[in-house]
Amino acid sequence: MSQGQRLLSDEILAEIRAFFPRYPTRQAVVLPALHVVHERLRHVPRQAVVEIADLLGLIPAQVQDTLTFYGFFKQDEPHGRHRIWLCRSISCHLRGSDELLAHLRARTGVGPGETTADGRLTIECAECLGACEQAPCMLAGDTLCSWLTEDKLNEILDSLD
Amino acid sequence: MTAFEPVLLANIANREGPTLRSYEATGGYEALREMLARHSPDHVKDLVRASGLRGRGGAGFPTGLKWTFLPQDHPGPVYFCLNADESEPGTFNNRVLMEGDPHQVLEGLILSCYATSATTAYIYLRYEYPLALRRMQAAIDECYAAGYLGRGILGTGFSLNVYLHRGAAAYVCGEETGLIESLEGKRAWPRIKPPFPAVEGVFRKPTVVNNVETMACVKQICRRGVDWFRSLGVPPDPNDPRDPGSLGPKLYCLSGHVERPGCYEAPLGLTVRALIEDFGGGVWKGRKAKAAIPGGISTGLLRSDEFDCRLDFTDPVRHGCLGLGTAAVVVLDETVSMVDFLHNSCQFFAHESCGQCTPCREGTTWALKMLRRIRAGRGRWKDLDLLLEIADSIGIIPGSTICGLADGAAWPIKNAIRKFRGEFEDTIRDSNPHGYGQTAPVPALDAVEST
Repeated sequence: MSQGQRLLSDEILAEIRAFFPRYPTRQAVVLPALHVVHERLRHVPRQAVVEIADLLGLIPAQVQDTLTFYGFFKQDEPHGRHRIWLCRSISCHLRGSDELLAHLRARTGVGPGETTADGRLTIECAECLGACEQAPCMLAGDTLCSWLTEDKLNEILDSLD
Repeated sequence: MTAFEPVLLANIANREGPTLRSYEATGGYEALREMLARHSPDHVKDLVRASGLRGRGGAGFPTGLKWTFLPQDHPGPVYFCLNADESEPGTFNNRVLMEGDPHQVLEGLILSCYATSATTAYIYLRYEYPLALRRMQAAIDECYAAGYLGRGILGTGFSLNVYLHRGAAAYVCGEETGLIESLEGKRAWPRIKPPFPAVEGVFRKPTVVNNVETMACVKQICRRGVDWFRSLGVPPDPNDPRDPGSLGPKLYCLSGHVERPGCYEAPLGLTVRALIEDFGGGVWKGRKAKAAIPGGISTGLLRSDEFDCRLDFTDPVRHGCLGLGTAAVVVLDETVSMVDFLHNSCQFFAHESCGQCTPCREGTTWALKMLRRIRAGRGRWKDLDLLLEIADSIGIIPGSTICGLADGAAWPIKNAIRKFRGEFEDTIRDSNPHGYGQTAPVPALDAVEST
């Protein structure tokens, strides 16, 4: 794995190593490591998988296996500067999430899992966000947006840089 | 019923925010001090067992009994996993607790670890709860600084480390062995039991997995006593020696078509009607209800004439539902299409099936394809029986899958079609007159796969 340039910086590797004392095995650090890399790079490319595996003493397939199981991680290309998760599960569905998704599609020109051409925004459909009393809702980055309407959605989209 | 003062939610609206100081000002960590100073771990275990507390995560297994399955002479370590992967559609009580009163959860967790001799606890927190993550981490940091966590807690020989572990958007991680696999860094494929986690769990060591609300109950049992806990809820059926009853307070989640959705606390055994009318302000917009989910989407459906169903561990089953689940009630008003409801449910389970067991992986996907076809106006009469055949054959109960995810997928199908069959038949008849009564070959799916 020494061929070419290393992708993960010393800083990222140190951040991952900081998780080591928490677990009796290195494999348990896979999920935290994927989160660290994903947060920095907005995706976890194949090269990063190889480097994480090397750091944790695993074969790359073990890391790749875990990565691909979880719906959260992007691999082939980074998500946009902003990533929003519109909930589509039952409580939000009953209060209009389908219409909100149609509005999002019409306004941004992209659908779930896709990123706008300017790299600004990625749209995702989420399964139950666990904020059903605030339905319909979505997560914009780390912020829960509650009781959405089309107007409120427009305001939120306008506020993103 | 006499007025019930919320206990689990008593400090949720604390104006000072969920700080250690505000928590201690209301008697927080006094139960922990008392237990550590005066009582043995076995005493705490006995209290929880005597209280009759049943796990609040969905299955309702008696918590104290679960703890007794830990091997007695194991050299250790024993691990504790706090299941904070709340993902059942309609459910948000654990989020409310972690965001609003994280120290109550932590005090229960520390007491539970003391009782089970666990020295490391992992809080498996779903990714979708960033505010709960911040609040729980802040509370953990405060606990270390105050000596409630770390080495030699409160000057005793008991030590405990607590770590937050973030999930990555997978419903199956809420299944206890799926959670364990995920915590070990692997795909969250549930394990075949036995061995049960208490004997061989995470990192091949004895492991306890408990729900967040269960921890809040443990704290309150240690603080208020067994008698207080047993004075609430539905006592065991004297004619059934195996019924542990449905005791204690419960957090009910209410959402969907009601005027005031929210998380409400009442003793176990509240009726669906009382929750909707007395707490939720009734069905929204002056409409009538058509149906309600009793305990998260996995538990199925009640018709509006079944709203006297008590939300305890046995009554939903008498009404044909899977169980109490998470006591998350979702109300469907009279305008809702049951076909749309079932499509939404099937979409969820097809997406969340982990893929390990073929009957679940294929069954949930097949059911979704049929619902898509029915919605696209190409449904067949025969599809309804085929859906029921799938629903009756996938899951732990028929014995075809490793975990209960497929049972959860099956119940909405069974209840929706058996309780609202006429509506499904009407939809097929009206949208596809040609297919009515026909069992023609399945139409090409590409045509209806566009969503």
